[in-house]
Parts: sequence; C-alpha cells; structure tokens
Amino acid sequence: MIKNVEIMVIGGGPAGLCAALSASDLGVGISAPDLGVGISAPDLGVGISAPDLGVGVLLVERDDVAGGQLVKQTHKFFGSEKQYAGDRGIHIGQMLVEKAQADSNIEIWTDSTVLGIYEDGVVTVLHEDKHIKVKPERIIIATGAAEKFLAFPGNDLPGIYGAGAVQTLMNVAGVKPAERVLMVGAGNIGLIVSYQLKQAGIDVVAVIEGQPKIGGYLVHASKIRRAGIPVLTRHTILEAYGNGRVEGALITEIDESWLPIPGTERKIVCDTICLAVGLSPLTELAWQAGCEMGFIRELSGHVPIFDENLETTCPGIYCAGDVCGIEEASSAMVEGRLAGINAAASLGYGVSEAEKFRKDAMIELEELRSGDMGGHIRVGLEKMYARCKK
Amino acid sequence: MNSLRIEEHPVLSFERGEKITFFFNGREIDAYPNETIAAALHASGVRKLGESPVLHRPRGLFCAIGNCSSCFMIVDNQPNMRVCVMKVKSGMHVEEQKGKGELELIVEN
Repeated sequence: MIKNVEIMVIGGGPAGLCAALSASDLGVGISAPDLGVGISAPDLGVGISAPDLGVGVLLVERDDVAGGQLVKQTHKFFGSEKQYAGDRGIHIGQMLVEKAQADSNIEIWTDSTVLGIYEDGVVTVLHEDKHIKVKPERIIIATGAAEKFLAFPGNDLPGIYGAGAVQTLMNVAGVKPAERVLMVGAGNIGLIVSYQLKQAGIDVVAVIEGQPKIGGYLVHASKIRRAGIPVLTRHTILEAYGNGRVEGALITEIDESWLPIPGTERKIVCDTICLAVGLSPLTELAWQAGCEMGFIRELSGHVPIFDENLETTCPGIYCAGDVCGIEEASSAMVEGRLAGINAAASLGYGVSEAEKFRKDAMIELEELRSGDMGGHIRVGLEKMYARCKK
Repeated sequence: MNSLRIEEHPVLSFERGEKITFFFNGREIDAYPNETIAAALHASGVRKLGESPVLHRPRGLFCAIGNCSSCFMIVDNQPNMRVCVMKVKSGMHVEEQKGKGELELIVEN
C-alpha cells in the first residue's frame, strides 16, 4: 500500500519543523486546490492520519523525538525576534515541536528512517519496523549535518567525541561525559560546548585552534575567557595517547603553513578530547535521489545544487538547512520556512500570501548572512547560483 | 556511581523518573527510563563499547546522533545496535560488540 502525501519533509530539526509549519500555514492539507494532485480535506477528514490515508504534510524524523540538535542547545540564540533571538535553543525546539504536534495538517513519524527516493517519486521509509512506501507530491530534504573527524594517531580511542556528542550526553541525558577535556576547535560549537562543559562542572584544560584567530562569536569567546579557559590559537593536536582510553594529548604550535613548530610540543593530561572542527552536510539522500551535486567549499563541501527557491535539480525536491550549506540554526529555520512556502505555493496553495512570505524570508536570510560571519555563506551562494544557472 | 550524573545545573533540571536496571556484559547497571544505552553506560563509567574488527582496538561513542556507527553493540542478541540513540529498557542485555556483528538468519516458512 502506498501512503499519499502532499509534502514530505525529511528531517525534524529546525529546518524541517519550520518547513512543515509554513507549508501547513499556507493551507497544505486543508483545502487542496484542484490540481489533479494532493488530497482534499473532505475526502480525508482533517487530522486523520491512518497509514493508508493521505496527509498534507508528513514529517519524518530518524530520532525518537523531533527537534534535531535544538534539544541540547542551552544557550540563547542571536538574530532578530523573528528567529526567536534571546530564547534558548531547547525552548525554541520544544515550541516548534509542540506547534507541529498540535497541527492537524502535519503528521510526524519519529524513529523513522527514509531509505530511498525512487525515480517514480516513491519514497521508502522504515517506520515502526515496517517498510512503508510514501508517494509525496513534493519533498523537502532537511537532513542536517554530521560532525567532521580529524586525522591524528590515536584518534579512535574511547574518549574522543564530537563536541555535539558531549553536548548531548550533558544536556539531554544529564551525564558527565568527562572530568578533564581538551577542546579542538574555537568556532562557535567549540566555544559554546566548552562553556557548557564548565556549566556542568567539568574542567576544560584548553581550547586549541589551528587558525591564527578565534572563529566563533566574540560573545562566546569572552565567556570562555571569563571562565578562565585558555584559547590557544595556531595550535593543533599531534596525537592522542592512552591505554584503551584517552589519557592525554600531545599538542603543538603550528606555523603559517600549518606545520608543527619543533620544540613547541606539550603534553596535556585529559580524559576526553572533543572535536569541534566543523560539520559535513548529510547529503546521502540527495545523491541517491539523483540531484546534481556540487562541491562548494564555503557551504562546507558537497551540497545539492539548488535555485533561489531552494529547489534542487530534481523537480519537486527541495532542500533546507545544513544539508545545503552549513549555517546556524536561525538560518536553518528561515530556510526551512522558505522551502515550505515554495513547495506549498508550487502546489497552488496560498497564492495570494506566498509571495509576501517568500520575500519576508529572503530579507531575514539576507540579514542573518550580513556582516563578517556571513561572508563565506554569501560567497558560497554566489557560486551556487552561478552554477545553478548553467 | 551516581556522581557522573549531573544533579545541579544553572540552566537545566533533569527529571529522571524511577531507577531501572539493565545488564552490561552480564553486570547489572543502574539506568533511568528515557536514557539512551550509551548515556546509561557513560553514567556508570563505561566508555568502551566494543572492539574494531581487525586490530581489536577499543571503540567508543563519537557522534551520539545515530550517524557514525562507532557505538555498535549487541542488544538482546541483536548486533549493530546504535546505542547512542537506542533507549535503555529494564532487564535489557547489552554486550560489547567485537568486530562485525553476525546477523541471525531468520527463515520464514
């Protein structure tokens, strides 16, 4: 049996939740226009979501709760009020999830993994231990990103974690993952997680950073300084050592060509090494679906090629959030909203409001990407649009 | 070993519910419902979750989002379980996985 869906959102993080909510706001699931596609409310009964019946928006999340990485972000967000600035990530996530749960146009499947997107438009999902076929009219891929790894001897020892993993253990489970931590990377994640480790009563011996200056926001860096954690720029890790577990690390200063400066090596005693060295878009589904992919360094690697509507080269497949370029959760939320609006509008929903909503979202994105920190994203998008027009 | 659980936090409060127990390599370990297996093991000081297939090097948790495969363990005889996202259940048997797990062949008549 095939489940008919108007818009399928893959990934229940900030981008996916906002995509589902904005599509529903435009009327997806309520009053399907007669396009020969979709399902109309009278046939369906709004809010009915038995697997054999259709639904407006289907949100599929691999984890057992939606919310993505917002569930562990205890810090306050920046941006403007529209992106919930001043509120903590955990609360934003909770609010978005509750809103989506209360929305009768949105059906949420948690603990569910999308397995493949096929040429005939069928998407297969592992849901409640069953292999289920879904036929959406539109797809929004919002699968997010995963933490990058770093090559050095001993990097597989237990006790070497992605910084986000440690954040999950502390802030979601309330478990102290460590006693003494060496943080590798002084971007926003490295700085924020170091501060949160301190809040959980864990020692951070140092934050090391290969670049000559701190990559993250000054606000976060200042907090780290005030907490008395040294930030060593132009430093890298040479080796992790320990018998069956991390017992320490060898670090070194590096020169302008990123080569170790002999004589500057020193041992750091720690039981945990956190890697905060960037994220990679989780693009497997986009590759598999046959979307044209491009390597754009400023967007953090291989990403699906997309146009200003966030539509990929596969008609009807949109992307939003980290999967199409690593940015912050605030941008992911706006991008999600934009993808939801565009997907809904392409199905004939909200024709009168869609244009205004789209413009609002574009302006918000522009604001979020203005300033020094957004420089690489602006370059990346320029490359993207040049590539897309070809 | 409750000291590894965070009791006081400036932003968060943790409501853990009733204590349950499960088994790690045959040893009984405390846990709380809604915890992942990996979190419960970490709370008991267990960081080695298995061994690599060829060199038998110890393996631990890395991503905690069910993506990297570093945390594969045997749970109730089922190998390759991602314990970083799998919830712990009372009485569950969790074992270190040495190398690639072998799947049980189920033949349905």
